[in-house]
Amino acid sequence: MTDALMSYDDALARFDPAFGLEVHVELNTATKMFCGCPTEFGAEPNTQTCPTCLGLPGSMPVVNAVAVESAIRIGLALNCEIAEWCRFARKNYFYPDMPKNFQTSQYDEPIAFEGYMDVEVEGETYRIGIERAHMEEDTGKSLHVGGSTGRIHGADHSLVDYNRAGIPLIEIVTKPVLGAGEKAPEVARAYVGQLRELLLGLGVSDVRMEQGSLRCDVNLSLSPKGSGALGTRTETKNVNSLRSVERAARYEVQRHAVVLAEGGKILQETRHWHEDTGITTSGREKSDAEDYRYFPEPDLVPMAPAREWVERLRSELPEPPHERRARLQAEWGFSDLEMRDTVGAGALGLVEETIVAGTSPQTARKWWLGELARRANESETEIGALGVTPAHVARVQALVDEGTLNDNLARQVFDGLLAGEGEPDAIVAARGLAIVSDEGALGAAVDHAIAANPDVADKIRDGKVAAAGALIGAVMKEMRGQADAGRVRELILEKLS
Amino acid sequence: MSTPDKRTATAIAGALAAGETTSVEVTRAHLDRIAEVDADVHAFLHVDAEGALRDAAASDERRAAGASYGPLDGVPIAVKDVLATRGLPTTCGSRILEGWVPPYDATVVARLRAAGLPILGKTNMDEFAMGSSTEHSAYGPTHNPWDLARIPGGSGGGSAAAVAAYEAPLAIGTDTGGSIRQPGAVTGTVGVKPTYGGVSRYGLVALANSLDQAGPVTRTVRDAALLHEVIGGHDPLDSTSIRQPLPSLVDAAARGADGDLTGVRIGVVTELGGEGYQAGVLARFGESVELMTKAGAEVVEVSCPSFVHALAAYYLILPAEASSNLARFDAMRYGLRVTPDGDPSAEDVMRATREAGFGDEVKRRIILGTYALSSGYYDAYYGQAQKVRTLIARDFEAAFEKADVLVSPTAPTTAFRLGEKVDDPLAMYLNDLATIPANLSGVPGISVPSGLADEDELPAGVQILAPAMADDRVYRVGAALESLLAREWGGALLDRAPELTGASS
Repeated sequence: MTDALMSYDDALARFDPAFGLEVHVELNTATKMFCGCPTEFGAEPNTQTCPTCLGLPGSMPVVNAVAVESAIRIGLALNCEIAEWCRFARKNYFYPDMPKNFQTSQYDEPIAFEGYMDVEVEGETYRIGIERAHMEEDTGKSLHVGGSTGRIHGADHSLVDYNRAGIPLIEIVTKPVLGAGEKAPEVARAYVGQLRELLLGLGVSDVRMEQGSLRCDVNLSLSPKGSGALGTRTETKNVNSLRSVERAARYEVQRHAVVLAEGGKILQETRHWHEDTGITTSGREKSDAEDYRYFPEPDLVPMAPAREWVERLRSELPEPPHERRARLQAEWGFSDLEMRDTVGAGALGLVEETIVAGTSPQTARKWWLGELARRANESETEIGALGVTPAHVARVQALVDEGTLNDNLARQVFDGLLAGEGEPDAIVAARGLAIVSDEGALGAAVDHAIAANPDVADKIRDGKVAAAGALIGAVMKEMRGQADAGRVRELILEKLS
Repeated sequence: MSTPDKRTATAIAGALAAGETTSVEVTRAHLDRIAEVDADVHAFLHVDAEGALRDAAASDERRAAGASYGPLDGVPIAVKDVLATRGLPTTCGSRILEGWVPPYDATVVARLRAAGLPILGKTNMDEFAMGSSTEHSAYGPTHNPWDLARIPGGSGGGSAAAVAAYEAPLAIGTDTGGSIRQPGAVTGTVGVKPTYGGVSRYGLVALANSLDQAGPVTRTVRDAALLHEVIGGHDPLDSTSIRQPLPSLVDAAARGADGDLTGVRIGVVTELGGEGYQAGVLARFGESVELMTKAGAEVVEVSCPSFVHALAAYYLILPAEASSNLARFDAMRYGLRVTPDGDPSAEDVMRATREAGFGDEVKRRIILGTYALSSGYYDAYYGQAQKVRTLIARDFEAAFEKADVLVSPTAPTTAFRLGEKVDDPLAMYLNDLATIPANLSGVPGISVPSGLADEDELPAGVQILAPAMADDRVYRVGAALESLLAREWGGALLDRAPELTGASS
C-alpha cells in the first residue's frame, strides 16, 4: 500500500516540521559491553559468544571501562554534562534476538545529557540540542529464512546470530529540532553527517552505516504553520545512509501533511524505511501500551566517573569539527561554496586524506565531488562506501601528473576500483590503460586521421586551427583514448603546417 | 543398612590429613548413604557418583604427592541445583530447565573444585528458590530427616536435609530471604548467609539479584567457616562482589568455641519475636539468650521498627527482579521447548513453553513483579519498597551501634507438615519473617540449632546477625552458642534425630 503524499512545497506552506534523531553508534572497543567476547565484524555466526552475552542462567555482566570512557568522550564532544553518578537499567521486552529478554541500557540516569551540536547548512547554523547520550548493549541479529522479503512475515523459520549481542552501543538522542522549516530534512542529514565526522575524529567507532555501526531513527512531526506546537511524531527506523535520512524526513513530511490536511490524526508509531522504494511503512504501533518496566540493573553497581578523569578526557579531545572545517578551508583556500559542498557530500575527511597523500586541494576536491560523488549518487551509496580510498585517488592523480594517464583514462581506473579490480597501478596494467607515448604509433594514427578527413585537413592548412578538434577526436578514437591529447594536437599542427 | 559417616567436615579433613582414610573412601560412604536413604529424603535431584569418585581419586593422588589444595581437599560436598555446574544438570527445581547442562561453572563451584572438594550432586529446592518448604520443586518435595512427613524448609531444603541425613558433610545453599537459614533451623543444621557481595553470585541462577547470596550449609559452625573461606572473596566476574579480603572466619569460630562471650553486646530485636512465633521456638530462643548472658555477653533489647514492613517490601522487590530474571526462559536457546500445534510463531512457542515449564508459585511471582514494575505502579510499589529497604538499613545501623550482633529465632515455627501450607502462599511467606531483613540490607547471618520445641520435639534455630563484612562476628558468637548448648545437651542436637531406615530403597 502506498501512502498519499502532498507535494513538499505545499506541505511546507501549511505546516512546520519538527524532527529529532536517535542515533545508535556501535563502539569499536575490542570486547563487548559486559563480557570479554571479541567484537570483530563478520565472524562466523555465534562464534563470539559466552555465557554472559548469551544470557545463560547465572551469568552476570561486568562493565567495559573502555566503553564508558568512549561514552564520556562522546558526551564531552557534544558539549554534554557528564553524570556524577549514573546506573544501568533493564529494559524489559521479549524478542528472540535478546538473550535475556531485557536489554541492559540506561534509562533516567544517562551518562551524558544536556548538550548541543552546531550544524551548518548552506551558510546557516542550526543548533541541535542533545538530550542525552547513553550506553547500552546491542541485540543479536535475526535472519528470517524462507520468505521472499527477508522480513519476518512469510518467513519459514528464523536464525539468530548472537555475535552482535552485547556489542557496546551509544544512543545519542536529540531534542526536537524546530525552526529549520523547509531545510529540516537537510539539517537532519547534515547533523548525522557531522556527528559521524565527530565520532570518526574521536576514534570511538567505525561509523559505517552500511555495516550498521551507525544506525539512525528519524522522528518527525508536523504542526500547523506558526502554531509553535509539537505534533504527534512517527519514528522511522532502518534509516541507514545520510541520503536516506534526508529522504525519509522528506517523505514523512509529505505523508503527514496529507493526513493532517484531511483532518486525520497521525498515529504515534514506528515506521520502517525502505531504501529501495524510498517509502516508509507502518511498523508496530508505539504508544503508552508499550511498557518496558525499566528498573535499575541490580547486577551492576552505580558508576561515578571521577571528575579528574572527566576533565582529563575533556582536555584530550580532538579539534571540534567546526574549528577543523574553518582551519582546513583556510589551508586549502576553498571558497565557502566549495567547502559547503565538500562537507555536504560527507567528503571532508576523504579530501583531507587525499591531500595529505600528496594531491593538490583543488584536484582532490575535483575527483571526490565530481567523479566520485556522481558515482555514489548513481549507485545510491555513501561516497565513503564506494571502495575508493584517498590513497587510491592520490595515486590516480599522481599517474595523471606523470603523464601515464589522462583524465579520461583516470575515470576508467575508477571504474576498475569500483569493480574491485585491485590497486590503481594493477588496474592500469590489467586494462592496458597507459597513454601510448610511442611517437611512431601516434604519428601513424595522425596520418590515418588526416587521410580519412581530407576536408578537415585542408581547413587546418588554411589556418583554421580550431578544426583540429575533429582530427584529435579521430586519433583518440583509434588510440582507444590512450593518447595525450595535447601531444596529438601538436603532431597534427606540425604535419599540416 | 550401613553405618553413616557422621563425622564433621573438620573431622574428615583431619582424618584425611592424618592418612587414616581416603577421599575415595569418604566419598563412597556418602554415595552409599545417598543410595540408601535418598529415596525417602529426596534431597538430591542429581547424583554424580562417577564424577565425585573421580575427583576423590584425584584428591587422594594429590595428597599422596604432598600437593593438597587446602584443608577441605577431598571432603565431598553437595551443591544446590541453582548453581551452574559445568557438565552437570542444573534445573533450579524447574521443568523449564529440565535437561540443561551448563557449559560453565559458577564461581562458587569453580572455587570448590579448585579447593579439591568432590561434588556429590545437586540438591533439591523450591522452583527457582521460590518457597520455604521445597514443595514447589517441580521434581517433588524433600522430606525432613527428623520426620519424613514434614518439610525440610526452603528453598534450600535439599542441601539442609542432605547434611542433616548425613548424605553429605557439607553443602552449598543460597539465601534470598532465608533459604539457607530457615532450612538450617528446621533440620537442626547450621546455615550461613554471608554479607551480600562476600561470595560471588556469578553462576548463581538469579532469583532476586539484590538479595541472593550463596553460603555454607553444615552441621557445625566451624565447618561453615572452613567452607565460607573456600567460596568467599572478591570475584571480578561479579560486579557486586566486594573488593575487600574476608576477615578470618575459622579463627573467629575457634575463638568462639571456648564459649566465652565476655564483652560481647548482644541485641535482642523486639520486632522479631512474640506474636506469630511458636511457643517452643521462643522458649529455646530464650534459653539460648540466657546461656549467652551467663557466658559473659551483655544483652540489650533493640527496636527495629521498620522490620514490620520488611516482608511487604521483600514481596515487591523479589518478584520485580525475578520477573525480569526469568524472562530469559523462552525456549529459544536452552531448556524446555513446547511447540504448539499449527504454525506457531516464536511468541507462541515462548508462551506455551512458559505456561508448561513454570509452576504456579513462579507464575504468581512473575505476575506480581511485572505488575510492580509497570509504569504508573512503579513508584507506588517498587519505589516504595526500595525506600523501606533504606529504612531497614538505617534500623540495622542504629541497632549495631548498641549491639555487636543481633539475635532472634531463625524461623517462627518448627517444620510443618508437607502439604499444610502449600495452598496458602501468605502463610508460607511468613516463614521468612525473621530472616528477610538481613537480605534487604545485605548483612550476614547464621542459624544455629537452639534445641527441640516442646510441642513437637522438632528442631528450632537461633539467628545471629552482624554488620556487613563482619561475618567473623556471626562465627564467633555462633560457635560460642553452639558449644554452650552442646555442653547442656552433652552432644550435638542431630544426635537426637531418629535414625533413617532407608525403608523406600
